[in-house]
Amino acid sequence: MPFNLLVLSCLAYVIFLFAVAWWAERRAARGRLGWLQSPLIYTLSLSIYCTAWTFYGAVGYAARSGLEFLTIYLGPTIVFVGWWWMLRKLVRIGRRQGVTSIADLLSSRFGKSNLLGVIVTVIAVVAATPYIALQLQSVTLSFSVFASPTDDGLTPPGTEATAIWVATGLAIFTILFGTRNLDAKEQHHGIVTAIAVEAVVKLVALVAVGVFVVWGLADGPFDMKARIHASSISDWNLQPGRWAGLMFASGAAVVCLPRMFQVMVVENADERHLSTASWAFPLYLFAMSLFIVPIAVMGLERLPAGANADMFVLTLPLAEGQGALAMLAFLGGFSSATSMVIVESIALATMVSNHIVMPVWLRLRPAKGMSGDVRRLVLLARRISIAVVLGLGYAYYRKSGGSATLAAIGLIAFAGVAQFLPAMVFGLFWRGATRVGAVLGLSVGFVIWAYTLFLPSFGPDAVIPALVFAEGPWGLDWLRPRALFGVGAMDPLIHALFWSMTLNTAAFLIGSLFTFPGPVERMQGAAFVHVFDSAAANPRGWQRGLAEPEDLLVMSQRIMGDEDALAFFEAEAKDQGKAGYLPDPSPQFMARLERRLAGSVGAATAHAMMSQLAGRATVTVEDLMAVASESAQIMEYSARLESQQDELTRTARALREANDKLTQLSVQKDAFLSQISHELRTPMTSIRAFSEILTEGDLPAPMVAHYGRIIHDEARRLTRLLDDLLDLSVLENGTVQLNLGLTNLSQMIDRALASASHTKPERSFTIHRDLPMENIFLRTDADRLVQVFINLISNARKYCDATAPELRISVRQKGGRVTIDFIDNGSGIPQDSQALIFEKFARLTDQTRAGGAGLGLAICREVMANLGGTITYLPGQGGAAFRVAVPLRLEQQVA
Amino acid sequence: MFLQPASYRRRRRRDAARFLPVVGLFLFLLPVLWAPQDTPRRDTAPDGIYLFVVWGLLIAAALMISRALALPGEDDDPDPDPGADQDLRS
Repeated sequence: MPFNLLVLSCLAYVIFLFAVAWWAERRAARGRLGWLQSPLIYTLSLSIYCTAWTFYGAVGYAARSGLEFLTIYLGPTIVFVGWWWMLRKLVRIGRRQGVTSIADLLSSRFGKSNLLGVIVTVIAVVAATPYIALQLQSVTLSFSVFASPTDDGLTPPGTEATAIWVATGLAIFTILFGTRNLDAKEQHHGIVTAIAVEAVVKLVALVAVGVFVVWGLADGPFDMKARIHASSISDWNLQPGRWAGLMFASGAAVVCLPRMFQVMVVENADERHLSTASWAFPLYLFAMSLFIVPIAVMGLERLPAGANADMFVLTLPLAEGQGALAMLAFLGGFSSATSMVIVESIALATMVSNHIVMPVWLRLRPAKGMSGDVRRLVLLARRISIAVVLGLGYAYYRKSGGSATLAAIGLIAFAGVAQFLPAMVFGLFWRGATRVGAVLGLSVGFVIWAYTLFLPSFGPDAVIPALVFAEGPWGLDWLRPRALFGVGAMDPLIHALFWSMTLNTAAFLIGSLFTFPGPVERMQGAAFVHVFDSAAANPRGWQRGLAEPEDLLVMSQRIMGDEDALAFFEAEAKDQGKAGYLPDPSPQFMARLERRLAGSVGAATAHAMMSQLAGRATVTVEDLMAVASESAQIMEYSARLESQQDELTRTARALREANDKLTQLSVQKDAFLSQISHELRTPMTSIRAFSEILTEGDLPAPMVAHYGRIIHDEARRLTRLLDDLLDLSVLENGTVQLNLGLTNLSQMIDRALASASHTKPERSFTIHRDLPMENIFLRTDADRLVQVFINLISNARKYCDATAPELRISVRQKGGRVTIDFIDNGSGIPQDSQALIFEKFARLTDQTRAGGAGLGLAICREVMANLGGTITYLPGQGGAAFRVAVPLRLEQQVA
Repeated sequence: MFLQPASYRRRRRRDAARFLPVVGLFLFLLPVLWAPQDTPRRDTAPDGIYLFVVWGLLIAAALMISRALALPGEDDDPDPDPGADQDLRS
């Protein structure tokens, strides 16, 4: 196929995927997930296990080593049909703890240790390099096989140029789709749906080629059986070591590979999907493997002797003149490679940003963690990590020369990620596993893997000198990379796998048996091992009252975004029976907040950030007793008591709050009565005095005018006060007449700003507005709403104590409601007064300069209630902030 | 007392789910036993057919077990306290 057409079809295919992903994100954003969250999509997304290695490499593998390729699919089959043992627990823990990656899982299990997160991340990145190189190599190979010069003499670029183009293209696609937003739980519906589509494409392509081979080229299954018998594949010998070892490695890899962990645990929407996947995923693997041997046999039979067996899936239809089928096969291979690279690099980028970039940044500038925009930093770190991961893959491809067989490269990566297995399995099932053990085991395993398998894979004299291969380092014969401790007769892969796994496990066990876990570690251990035991699974590490809720809110906003953080805090406060946005910092709330933050930045980082605000997590004696207690029944019973007690606490808190408010109101009412009599009396006194003077006559005209003006002013003040009181009582009784009409919000704010500018005209305010967002037409009572705006703006003008006062007005539309925030940069309102400011006659200061009777915000609240909206105080915005929420279209209420 | 068999069956279904991978592993490792054949020409096709048949049976068994485990009355506790209301349902 002409080269340019091929590139064009690849681009078209990528754009199609993009459209699928975009469509799925849109649906997810609207909350209409439907079948996007079905077990089918989940199973198909798991097929990310089948990469270009399966699509192209398996046939080559079969052509070289017969049925041995099957071990790569039999291992995962065992793991999945045995889901009740391990995967079920893994997925449950992942959902409970908001795990974001395998590094997060291990770091979280072993006491939220950051060191462990770093080690796992490094191993995962290094082990992924050959795997990504494999994908680049296969796409490059398929290009060079499939592309031909165009008619006008445009020749395809060399393999190196193709590889770099493929790597760049994939990096851009992944960045565009994987890192657009920072999700609460790291789920990417768009990507998962696109992966599911790719799963279908690769399965259809491989099965189509297989069907063509068995029924098109051969004469049905029986003929095929005879051909297999006749071909050279029948000469293969099953090596028991490799047969068992590879099954183990692939079984380990299917749970330890970062991308498998991502789709299986992190993207899991419903635990029940796993039970479907337990048979459906092996079925997918079964279908993918069914035609591998026939294709390999036919390729060996029909294609010239020197042909690359890794490309049979593509070259066989090409040689038989089946252009369309070859195109389908090409797209299938392209699918398998791209989907793997995308998910792998997203998973790795999450790990790098959460476990390396964030901790370093937090340590370098601890104060910044509370003020800087963490979200942007995290996203930037992820984007750069994606580029780096793909760059490393490309570097490996260049360094290894792109000549090795696909399966051989892939197995290096499998053996690398298998190093996570001991720490993971023991961490899930054994409370005695400790952090030191995990660190030791992982380090030992990683070093041995790198020394015996990864570094030698570049060839002698590339990284390790040939002399070391022959005689060992410093002449130490027993340290030869291919014959550790003098065991030289093993197959190199099995040799590396055997020694790394054995010593890894041994170091892990010894380390665990001889060290003592810290308190956080013990609690996490109990939470993981007893995850199905509801009482022990909710560890509480936070002592009451250590952090100010407002500080927590400020920090959460930086990570979760303003809206999400406010919504989360509001829901938590409601749960505690409180109104507003600031819940009590109870241990339960702190634990839930930490888990929520962990969903965005990882457990270790979230823990560190919370610790900065709350001091170190302290573990109470009761906590440790809960952990130590083996009796599930006692826990069950105490949990029940506790929930009753929680209920009582909530009611008590609500009552106490109501009582406080009533007491304060009563004090205020008394204060008001004296205030109002004072307010009414002062003008009355001066009116009486001056009118008496006037009645006496004999005054010069200017004096009469002067006194008359004073009387007039005082009378006006009185009228205004009485108007306000009247207004309030009308509003409170709900007998107000609303004048509904369509009005532009921007114009209303303009009007309010103009009117409010008469208040304290000597102060110059900087106003920040968002004009495009303001351009909304509201159906409401414009005059009333403007009255609220004027009140808020003039309050800001009166009370904002900043030297360079600023007022930010931001508008947001969400569903059928519009929210308008007025935020100034003054010192804000202290927390204990926030509940009172909307009450009548509340005035925070005794500054008489304020001038009003303290009715403004009370009137605002009543107006908003009449307009079907709300007005609330927003804490944690760096100044006084009020949020006005109105319905977009107010319908006339039936009185 | 007559309700007891239901929860008994439920526990056995879980046991079946636990045994399945062990059985599968045993069957998949069987070829190792007949691997060092003395005959120079080994026949690949029967081996392949054996493996695929075992694989297919394993998938079918996993399908049945996963259906059985999804029946109402299954909850998450690995070793549940046989609550009366659950047993009535299953």
